[in-house]
Amino acid sequence: MRAFEYVTPKSKEQAVGLLSQNWGDTELLAGGTDLLALMKDDVVAPKRLVNVKSIAGLDAIGYNARTGLRIGALVRIADFADNADVRKYYPTLARVADDAASPQIRNQATMAGNLCQRPRCWYFRNGFGLLAKDPQSGKSLVVEGDNRYHAILGNDGPAYFVSPSSIAPALIAAGAKIRVFGPSGARELPLEKFYVIPKSENEREHDLRSNEIVIEIVVPPPSGERFGHYEVRQKAEFDWPLATASVALKMSGNKVQAARIVMGHVAPIPWVCDKYVEATLLGQPLTETTANAAGVVAAEKPGKSLGKNAYKIRLAHVAVKRALLQAVKET
Amino acid sequence: MADYKWPDAQHRTLIGTRQSRLDGPVKVSGRAKYTYDQNPKGLLAGAILRCPHAHAKVVSVDTSAAEKIPGVKAVQVLQGPGKEVHWAGDEIVALAAINEGIAEDALRAIKVQYEVLPHFVDDATEPKSAAEETGPLALDDLINMFSNQVPEPQISSTVQKRGISFPVTDDLVKRMRSFNVGENVIKALQSAPQKSPESTRSPFKKSAVNVTGDPDQAFKTAEATSEGLYGVPVITHCCLEAHGVIAHWPDAEHLETQVSTQNVCGMPDQIAQALTGIGIPISASNIRNRQQHVGGGFGSKFAADRWSLAAAQLSKKAGGAPVKIMLDRRAELEVAGARPSAYAHVKLAAKKDGAITAWDSQSWGTGGPLGGNMPPIPYIFTEIPHQRKQHISIATNIGPARAWRAPNHPQAAVLTMCAIDDLAARLGMDPFDVFLKNLPLTPRANVYEAELRKADELMQWKKRWHPRGDESSGPMKRGLGLSIHTWGGRGHQGAGDLTIHPDGTVEYRSGTQDLGTGTRTAIAMVIGETLGLPLNAITVKIGDTNFPHDGGSGGSTTIGAVSAESRRAATDALNELLAKVAPTLGVAPDQLEALYGTIRVKDTQGKSITWKKACSMLGATGVTAHGQNPDPSKPPDLTNSGVGGAQMADVSVDVETGIVRVNKMVAVQDCGLIINLKTAESQCYGALIMGISYALFEEKIMDPTTGRMLNPNMQFYRLAGYGDIPELVVHMMTGPGYDERGVIGLGEPPVVSPGAAISNAVANAIGVRVPFLPITPDRVLAALEKKGGAA
Ligand SMILES: Cc1cc2nc3c(=O)[nH]c(=O)nc-3n(C[C@H](O)[C@H](O)[C@H](O)COP(=O)(O)OP(=O)(O)OC[C@H]3O[C@@H](n4cnc5c(N)ncnc54)[C@H](O)[C@@H]3O)c2cc1C
Repeated sequence: MRAFEYVTPKSKEQAVGLLSQNWGDTELLAGGTDLLALMKDDVVAPKRLVNVKSIAGLDAIGYNARTGLRIGALVRIADFADNADVRKYYPTLARVADDAASPQIRNQATMAGNLCQRPRCWYFRNGFGLLAKDPQSGKSLVVEGDNRYHAILGNDGPAYFVSPSSIAPALIAAGAKIRVFGPSGARELPLEKFYVIPKSENEREHDLRSNEIVIEIVVPPPSGERFGHYEVRQKAEFDWPLATASVALKMSGNKVQAARIVMGHVAPIPWVCDKYVEATLLGQPLTETTANAAGVVAAEKPGKSLGKNAYKIRLAHVAVKRALLQAVKET
Repeated sequence: MADYKWPDAQHRTLIGTRQSRLDGPVKVSGRAKYTYDQNPKGLLAGAILRCPHAHAKVVSVDTSAAEKIPGVKAVQVLQGPGKEVHWAGDEIVALAAINEGIAEDALRAIKVQYEVLPHFVDDATEPKSAAEETGPLALDDLINMFSNQVPEPQISSTVQKRGISFPVTDDLVKRMRSFNVGENVIKALQSAPQKSPESTRSPFKKSAVNVTGDPDQAFKTAEATSEGLYGVPVITHCCLEAHGVIAHWPDAEHLETQVSTQNVCGMPDQIAQALTGIGIPISASNIRNRQQHVGGGFGSKFAADRWSLAAAQLSKKAGGAPVKIMLDRRAELEVAGARPSAYAHVKLAAKKDGAITAWDSQSWGTGGPLGGNMPPIPYIFTEIPHQRKQHISIATNIGPARAWRAPNHPQAAVLTMCAIDDLAARLGMDPFDVFLKNLPLTPRANVYEAELRKADELMQWKKRWHPRGDESSGPMKRGLGLSIHTWGGRGHQGAGDLTIHPDGTVEYRSGTQDLGTGTRTAIAMVIGETLGLPLNAITVKIGDTNFPHDGGSGGSTTIGAVSAESRRAATDALNELLAKVAPTLGVAPDQLEALYGTIRVKDTQGKSITWKKACSMLGATGVTAHGQNPDPSKPPDLTNSGVGGAQMADVSVDVETGIVRVNKMVAVQDCGLIINLKTAESQCYGALIMGISYALFEEKIMDPTTGRMLNPNMQFYRLAGYGDIPELVVHMMTGPGYDERGVIGLGEPPVVSPGAAISNAVANAIGVRVPFLPITPDRVLAALEKKGGAA
């Protein structure tokens, strides 16, 4: 790790004032479960580390039947998963949070840190850059190399990593918004818009400027939708999934009226399925056959293998099918 | 001289019981200090600059800027201009500074220029056009054969046939003898033709075809044949405590080290030789090495390694201050040990009843820059009458091979047991029956039969087995698989001293080490048993070269050695004590026994004195006895060689996702007389967990473009966690037929079978073989697709 300045602002205004205009000069420290590993591996090397944990008022969860759920940036994953309102009104979100990482990490990691965690691409983590180009040939190391865990969607390049949070897709399916605070005040945007595919090495995978901080996540109140979430995990725990699907369904009787399907770990962003996927379900009852058809349209049709990750197309397909079936099986 | 033997079953008080580790409490409470934990006064942080290229020549090294950084105390170039580096992560420069931060900054200030050379890191692809290797063997080839446990007769004949390109010096002979290399091999080397080395640039070396009987005819006339592709990739040791050392010079002539090692007493010789070779003359007797606990080695911690020498060099330059170098996780995974890979096309011929008649294998694999030898195949079923084998060794830039728990056996087990399982499927037979049918082709048919039958009982195999391909509906398919294994495990040569003090306390000292296997506890049990004392009456001191020399803990040779040594020392010491006490009790010494804290007359009630009282008759110095386990050229008495085991796996496979979960594993194992039943079982539990890890998760993944390991950390180098570990059932074979064989090692054998058993269970579940470990979702789905869709 390189030497750095460590500062602990007391307010979000102070924090923003301490952040640089340029990515890389400063980094925000929340639970540190991701950032410290990045610093130890010299993947990021901030000159100043801005610890946000002592900013007052960012660690609360509040539920209101009219406005929904407000999750402070500093709420720990474990506290989110254990929260009585979350368990009652958003049981799928509670379960998703409960399945992330390991108990130790959930006790330390924050919700904003989870949404802002950096990609797990092994080229990135080994210091070859977010877009991992071979300095000699300029070619993508991912495309030329071992891409077994890389993107099958949104993978036209130059980014091939997959978005790492398993909680983000579930929040997006639930219609969550994210609130960001910067020099000119707060802004709010749908969580799905928060994720972007970087085009150059000095861009990031979030719509966050280097002098902004995430302050809150807002989830609308439940409105009779049915939620489902399925994770394909090779290891039972302490690992990221290989593919996930989160679904929110509006049903009319046993027929699908509206469907929102978000796949995780398949693209550089949480992948919100387009209307063609929804179209396979609209007006249909949810059965093994229709759920499977949705999976095909969601993953098999648009999915593109980079060479070693074709199996992930299958995994995404199955995740969509199982998440859909789960949504109608459970409440 | 006493006649040493183990007490028979009705006279054992401690041996064979379940005892918790004596060092358990200090370990679980964090008080046990590993090399990593030691921070002596004035400690300097050592750090190593590593080569970022998989293959390169060092052109220039400039350390001047690093040397000027305040706080940097010593800089040592390890591989200077002209040196060729064969794997990424190899050591270039070491330095020591007053703290880790400064050391890291200083590393970044070093400028090294490399001439980057082409690298080769692909071992799984079958080499197509390799020419047969006929040239003379280099010393590295020989060492490689030893570390791969190539049978000695095979080494001798290869050496004779191909000749050698290195001198057989007295020193080399001495070293080979110290590693228990057989005299036949030494003779073969001494009489081998000397030839000048060949410089072939191809990474592939094809061995001569090795033929037994008439395989062509056997395959032609076979009633049934089957063939398949099997493989095991390179994996790493991934020791929880990385490799490392603390070294300091208390004065100009003496060096003290704490190497994280499996080989406490082996360090001084190795370090002295190496240091002397680089201009720091020192004799081994002036080096003291110590270690109380080690956080895993698995075969990778026998050598002193370059970092140990670097720490000694840096300490010398820094005026003798202690220097600590521990590998970081990346270095640990990149350079501190690669288990060689092995892949093979295997063909089997058999009669309709399952009796195997012929074996044919085309194998290949790598153990890093030196290539890799053929694993011992066919494994255990060595007496298959007709065989043809050929192996291609691949030299790669993936990092150096090191022995990994049961070197080459897990690979051999996969190549053999999976082939037999496929044959059974081909014949439409239960593999359990095919294994039984072919046990006459193994060296210990009766034992394997007993073990397989016990495993059947514990797994309910016969009741639950179904033909290949679970026909039940739904995506979850369940299957059973089995494998058997073997190992040697005779105790190595070594010694310990036992002192009975006049106050009745008992102290034992030996230079052995406790790898976490419970060596300390086993020694205390043997001594307690021999002297009729409870465990807590025995003080065991180990892990110090000031104690009697003992061997390295490798090849499952420790328990046989330490139990024999301590039994001898305790028996001799006790005999001296009995001689002193006998007049008081009015009988001859051989009429006395030590039991329950007393010395008493055998077979009579009442006539006894307490242990304490007896010891007070010893005079001022007490008695000290030296217990030495004889070298392997002598017939063994208290220890022995040759164990077997059978394992079964029950798995579920999700055929839509390719995810494999192990539901249950059964391990049945023999290892002669068991000293501590609890730690023996623990060895098996641990081995099953390690086996599940390499069966499902572990693989050293190399990037073709950069030649670097892509998963050199614990997020990408997956190991089985709690959630991946199923019900584990362990049964140790004990009693008549086992106990009287003496004490035999257990570290290696139980880790051999899990890969094969799990692979076989997956095949049984999904109806098709997944050729290579680890059995990951992509491979399962690919195998299913090849077969024609989900099962
Ligand atoms: C073995 C392992 C398994 C894991 N498995 C999963 C899994 O299954 N699913 C999953 O979703 N995650 C998983 N994780 C990731 C884990 O959830 C994240 O490391 C954690 O959520 C990060 O939170 P933190 O508070 O520690 O963030 P930090 O490490 O402090 O920060 C992470 C990043 O977010 C930025 N950041 C933090 N807070 C803010 C803020 N308020 N505003 C703007 N930027 C901010 C930081 O600058 C940094 O770039 C796993 C991690 C490990 C080590």
